[in-house]
Amino acid sequence: MNRSHRVGTPAIVAAAAAVAMIAAGCGGSSGSSSSSGAATASAPGITAHQILIGSHQPLTGPAAPGYSEIAPAANAYFQYVNAHGGIYGRHIKYTYLDDGYDPSKTVSDVHQLILQDNVYAIFDGLGTPTHLAAVSFINSSKVPDVFVASGCDCWNNPSKYPQTFGWQLDYIREGKILGAYIKQHFAGKNIGYFYQNDEFGQDGVKGLDYEIPHSQVVSRQTYVPTNVNVGPAVAALKASGAQVVVSFAIPAFNALFKLTSEKLGWTNPTIVASNVGTDPLTLGGLLQAYAKQAGATVNGNQLTNGIITDGYLPTLGNTGNSWIALFKKVHDTYDTKAPFDGNVLYGMAVGYTFVQAMMKAGKNPTRADLVKAINAGLPQGPAVAPYAYSSSNHAGVTGAYIGKIMNGALVQQGPVYVTDATPTGAVTAYTGSEQAAPGSGMP
Amino acid sequence: MTLARHVGAAIVAAVVIWVLSVSLSSFRDYQIADIAVYVVAIAGLTVLIGLSGQISLGNGAFMAIGAYATALLQMHLGWPLWALFPASAAIAAVAGVAAGAAAARLHGPYLAGATLLLAVALPSFATQFPGVFGGDQGLPVSVTAPAALGAAFPPTRWLAWVNAGTALIVLVLLANLARSRVGRSWQAVRDDEAAAALAGLKVARLRILAFIVSAACAGLAGSMLAVYSSQVSPGSFTVTLSIALVTGAVIGGLGSLAGALWGSLVIVLVPTYVTDVATSHGLSSTVAANIPVAAYGVVLIAVMLLFPNGIQGGLRRFFGLNPPAATGPHVRFNSLRRRQPASEHQEEGTT
Repeated sequence: MNRSHRVGTPAIVAAAAAVAMIAAGCGGSSGSSSSSGAATASAPGITAHQILIGSHQPLTGPAAPGYSEIAPAANAYFQYVNAHGGIYGRHIKYTYLDDGYDPSKTVSDVHQLILQDNVYAIFDGLGTPTHLAAVSFINSSKVPDVFVASGCDCWNNPSKYPQTFGWQLDYIREGKILGAYIKQHFAGKNIGYFYQNDEFGQDGVKGLDYEIPHSQVVSRQTYVPTNVNVGPAVAALKASGAQVVVSFAIPAFNALFKLTSEKLGWTNPTIVASNVGTDPLTLGGLLQAYAKQAGATVNGNQLTNGIITDGYLPTLGNTGNSWIALFKKVHDTYDTKAPFDGNVLYGMAVGYTFVQAMMKAGKNPTRADLVKAINAGLPQGPAVAPYAYSSSNHAGVTGAYIGKIMNGALVQQGPVYVTDATPTGAVTAYTGSEQAAPGSGMP
Repeated sequence: MTLARHVGAAIVAAVVIWVLSVSLSSFRDYQIADIAVYVVAIAGLTVLIGLSGQISLGNGAFMAIGAYATALLQMHLGWPLWALFPASAAIAAVAGVAAGAAAARLHGPYLAGATLLLAVALPSFATQFPGVFGGDQGLPVSVTAPAALGAAFPPTRWLAWVNAGTALIVLVLLANLARSRVGRSWQAVRDDEAAAALAGLKVARLRILAFIVSAACAGLAGSMLAVYSSQVSPGSFTVTLSIALVTGAVIGGLGSLAGALWGSLVIVLVPTYVTDVATSHGLSSTVAANIPVAAYGVVLIAVMLLFPNGIQGGLRRFFGLNPPAATGPHVRFNSLRRRQPASEHQEEGTT
C-alpha cells in the first residue's frame, strides 16, 4: 500500500502539473489573440511589424482595361493606413500577381501566394471564372478569402466555402434592382439580353428574370471573354427587334457591343448595363481606343451618354461626399498615375473594408479570427447600403441606386434600393442612412 | 537486362524525389507535380520527333483531350484516380490514331501545319459547347490524398508523389520501347524511309504508332495537369503550350528521355524565377508579364548555340559519354532528321 502510494503521488503530481501546463498554454494562446500585450507573429503572413496579403488580378488580358487599376488603388489606401499608424502598428504589404483573367493562371498564382509567399489572406481576388478555379484550394488551405472582386452569388456559401466572403453588390441582387427598374420604366417594350456566358452573366440574368416578365424578353445573346467577335450576337439582338438591351458584360465587351451596333446602323436601343462594365471613364476610353484601331474617330462621352446602370458606391461627381473626399485625397497622394475613376474608388473602398475587418479581428489575430470577425458583421462603410455579413450569409453590399451616364459621369437617379438574392424578395427603397467617412480616414 | 537497368534508375529517381518532396516546401512539391506533367508530355513528344522523325505542334491539344476526359469521367461517372490516368491516356491515344492517320501522309512543314491546326482549333470546343465543357471557366477536378496518410498530410506532397510516380513509370516504359524492335524500326524509318520500306518495315503503320504513343503520353500529362491544378479550362491549352512542349524537347535534347527532364525543368522553373526577379526589381506588371516569354527565347537561342544537341547532348559531350561520330562537325543542323547520339542503332546514309 505504502509503496503504491509513493509511486502514485509523483504520478498525480505529474498529471496535475501537465494539466496546469496545458491550462497555462491555453491561457497563453487565447491571451495572445486578445487585445493586450505586444504585437506577435500570430498567424502565417503576420509578423510583429507586417501583415502580408495576396491577390490575383487581371493586370493584362481582356479584363485589364479598368480593372488593372483596382489593386494599385487598394494598395494606395493601404499606404495611407501604413502612414497613419497601420493596423495595431503593423504595416500592410499587398502582393498582387497577374493572372491575365485566365483561370489556369489563377490556380498557379494562388498556389504561389499561399504555399510560397505564405500570405495571411487572399484579398480581393478578381473575377468570377478566375476565382472559381482557385476557391476550393483557398478554402481547403484554411486561408481567409476576403472580399472577392466579383458579384457572383457563389461566394455566399458558408457551408462549402467558410473562408470566402463576397463584397460588391452580388449579380442576382443587381439583376433584380435593374430588372425592377426596367419593369417599371419600359413596360411593354422588347427586351434583349447580352451577357458573359459564365456565372457572372448567368447570375445577373437570374436576377433580371425574377423581375422582368419572360414574354418581354425577345432575345438572349452571350459572349465569351476570349472571343472578341460579338458581331453575330449584336446582329441577332438587332434582328429580334429589341428596344432595350440589358448587358451583363465587362467594360471591353460593352465597348465592343456599342461599336458593333453603331456599325450595323443600330443606334437607338436603350442600354441598361451592370455596374461591372460601365465605369464611364474606362468605357469612354475603350470606345475611343477600339474605334481608333479600326481607323475611326468617336467621342467616347457621346457614345456612353444615356446608358442606364446602377451604383453601390457614392458617385464620383458628388464631391461633397465624405468618402469621395477621403479617397480623392488618398488618390492624389499615393495613386497619382491612375485617373480618379470608378475602379480606383472600388479599390479604395474594398481596401477600407479590409482594414475595418482587420481592426475588428484583434491585435494578434489568427486566420480564424478574421473570419470570425466578419461573420459577426461589419458596420456599413463607403457603400450606400449595408453589408449582409453573418455566419450564415457571406454576401456583401445589399443595395444600389439607379444611375445614368451623362457627359462621361455617373449621375444618381432616385433612391437607393435594397433587396435579397431570393426569387421572391421585394426590391424596396432603403430607409437607413449612409455613413460618413471617419475624420482620420481610418476605420 | 535493359529493363532491369531502367527500373533500377527509376527506383533511384523515386528515392530522390521522395527525399525532395519531404524536405522541400509545399510550393516546391507543387512544382514537382508541375514538372512531372511536362516530363510526360515532352517524353512522348521526344519519342515522336527524335525517334520517328515526325513533328507535332499539336500535342497541347492531346493534353486538353486527356484533361477534359479526366474531368468529365470524374464528374459524371465518379471514376477514381487510378482509373482516370489510363482512361485519359487511352482516349487521347484514340484521337492520336485519327491525327496520326492524317499525319502519316504529311511531311515536314505540312505536318507541322496540320498539327498546329489541332492546337489552335481544339480548345475552342470548350467555349463552343459550354454546357458540356464549362466554357472559359472550365470544369473542376477534385483529388484528395488518401485518408490513411492522415489529415495533416500536405495535399501538394501527395500530388507530387502521384505525378512524379506516374512520370517515372512512363519513362521506364518509353525507355524500353525505344530500345525495342519498334524503337529501332522508328529510327530506321526516320533515317531513310525508302530503305526501311525495302527492308520490310511498314512505314505508315510505324509512323501512326509513334503518333499514338505520343498522343497517349500527352493525354496522360493532361490528366495529371487536371489533377494537380484541380481544374481544367481552355486557358491551360493554348497554342503556347504546344510550342512550349516542342521548345522543351529541343532544349532538353531531342530523342533523349533524360532530355525531357531538363526541358521540363527549364519550362517550369525559368518563368517562375524570371517573373520573381522582374517583379522584385520593380518592373511594371505589363512588362513583367512578357519577360518569361522573352526568357524562353533567350534560353532556347543560348542552348542551341552552346549545345546543338540540347542540354542532354551537352552533358554527354561534357562528360565524354558521346560516341565520337555524333560530336563531329558533320552533324546536320536539322533537328528533325538528326542522328541520335544516344542510340545503339548504327545509322547509314543521312550524313
